[in-house]
Amino acid sequence: MTRYFTQDHEWIDVDGTSGVVGITDYAQSQLGDITYVDLPAAGTAVKKGDAPCVVDSVKAASDVYSPVSGTITAANDALGDAPETVNTDPEEGGWLFRIDLSDVSELGGLMDQAAYDAYVAEL
Amino acid sequence: MNAPNTAGWRPEMGEGHIAHDETFTGNRALMLEERLIFEIGDTSTTGVDIDPAPAAASRLGGLARAEAIGLPGLSEPETVRHYTRLSRQNYGIDLGFFPLGSCTMKHNPRLNEAVARMKGFKDVHPLQPRETVQGALAVIDELAYWLVTLTGMDSVAMSPKAGAHGELCGILAIKAALEARGEDRKVILVPESAHGTNPATAAFAGFSVENIPATEAGRVDLAALKARLGPDVAGVMITNPNTCGLFEPDLKAISDAVHAAGGYVYCDGANFNAIVGKVRPGDLGVDAMHINLHKTFSTPHGGGGPGSGPVVLSAALSPFAPLPYVKREADGSLRLVEEETAAEDQPDSFGRMVAFHGQMGMFTRALAYILSHGADGLQQVAEDAVLNANYVLRSLEGVLDAPFGHSGPCMHEALFTDDGFAEGFSTLDVAKGLIDEGFHPMTVYFPLVVHGAMLVEPTETESKAALDQFIGALRSVALRAKRGDPALKTAPHFAPRRRLDETLAARKPVLAWKGDRGE
Repeated sequence: MTRYFTQDHEWIDVDGTSGVVGITDYAQSQLGDITYVDLPAAGTAVKKGDAPCVVDSVKAASDVYSPVSGTITAANDALGDAPETVNTDPEEGGWLFRIDLSDVSELGGLMDQAAYDAYVAEL
Repeated sequence: MNAPNTAGWRPEMGEGHIAHDETFTGNRALMLEERLIFEIGDTSTTGVDIDPAPAAASRLGGLARAEAIGLPGLSEPETVRHYTRLSRQNYGIDLGFFPLGSCTMKHNPRLNEAVARMKGFKDVHPLQPRETVQGALAVIDELAYWLVTLTGMDSVAMSPKAGAHGELCGILAIKAALEARGEDRKVILVPESAHGTNPATAAFAGFSVENIPATEAGRVDLAALKARLGPDVAGVMITNPNTCGLFEPDLKAISDAVHAAGGYVYCDGANFNAIVGKVRPGDLGVDAMHINLHKTFSTPHGGGGPGSGPVVLSAALSPFAPLPYVKREADGSLRLVEEETAAEDQPDSFGRMVAFHGQMGMFTRALAYILSHGADGLQQVAEDAVLNANYVLRSLEGVLDAPFGHSGPCMHEALFTDDGFAEGFSTLDVAKGLIDEGFHPMTVYFPLVVHGAMLVEPTETESKAALDQFIGALRSVALRAKRGDPALKTAPHFAPRRRLDETLAARKPVLAWKGDRGE
């Protein structure tokens, strides 16, 4: 399994053609307390850069962009009762949705952990 | 029920609980603590003397209410005091400075109110025979004339009820125009500096939304916008002046490029106050723009009054304007163009947005405002609004970070960020600190393009003395945030309620009284 990052502060763990998507710790720290997560339905087809998911915080509602194209296979329904998990555990238990990748080559445009850390340090 | 108010300190709490800042009642001098009406009223008593209703056969079948409804039985003086006490905890533009950015919370002249309360305006009904409401129709027609004149546009749809409704009207007109051309364009471009309602409107009308980045100077990136234009782009929604409080100098070039690519330009006119009498959006190639009468023309926004969002349209979009609208006949009489005559008068109208012709009370107020100011007065409105905002911006130089301060003067609102605050201190703390100073906080965390935004719109109706007091208060609170004063983290200290748990309120909102009625 390999983790990739986007410039919009999403992460994706990829194993073969299946991926798990969430937002980074940096993203949650910028958003403030998360109050609601609007999750996508399984079966939704998305293109890379689409916004299938919205995260509401006390400051703003923010789109979560899909790092890759594919079909949503599941969403983290536990966030319905506990949206704060995105704050407390953004990069593991606070995952947002699972996606079946349609084009693995899209991963080439994403960052690895070291590149993302350097990117955040620049902000 | 009807227990006395004992929220505060009581003798039995003992010496360990010193009553230096608490009272028995929870009241603070003559600022009275007030509970919910259900908590002060007693359902076993009644404050009025009305005979029991006569027995009547129920026609509700099994749907008749089985339990008592549990309304509190308050007397008239109890009721009057309850709402008067609550009103004293409210804050409005008639009470003090209200610098809510992007909202134009200006003073509403009392002349407007006198005019709106004239019998011929306040007592008319939209279904009255037309010949009995010619005066009211003349107000709509006259106001429409001035809105078209001030904006340099071709026509105006008066019926939209407020800003976002006006946006929808404009976007539906664009959609109708594209359909008339037989073109299926699906994308609306929205710059980062646009109002938050713009992408929502476009999405609601069935378009997909794409963002256009801002430049370092806080303006629309013209090159990026031009690069994105194409046969799939229906139009662009742009806010001018934008939500960073900056004028978009490239708007004419943007309009030309969008038109050349076959699209339309929607301009969000929420910030028209900064340019009224100075700039005509029609000259900048705008195809549709809503005007917030309740912002620019002083109808009682800050008093919680209704909005009104007429939409001015270019010649290209005018044929698609919604019904109804007022039309002046050759003999000078006025009539409403509605569905019965639409085929003849407005065959391409996209339809109707509201039942009647708009917010009549706002029309009379806005027209009173326009006519009492005159052309020179409206110009001075824009000039003084911009002057006041720049006075705030420059007076806080060196205290608060102004992200676009280097790119010249602002328009009607000054934008600051939380840069330089002590670790753990945020824009929210400054907002709460301002409440203790007796000011309604500015708009916070909007626009999203800067970190910890504070957007201050003073409007032209504040005196220099009022601005100086606000600037002094904001400077003081900002310096406390930069120094890391722990007391600021728990502000407000002097408001009827202390720091509220906004996260809990959003996650587990309690929207209705759920106390125990017990009947």
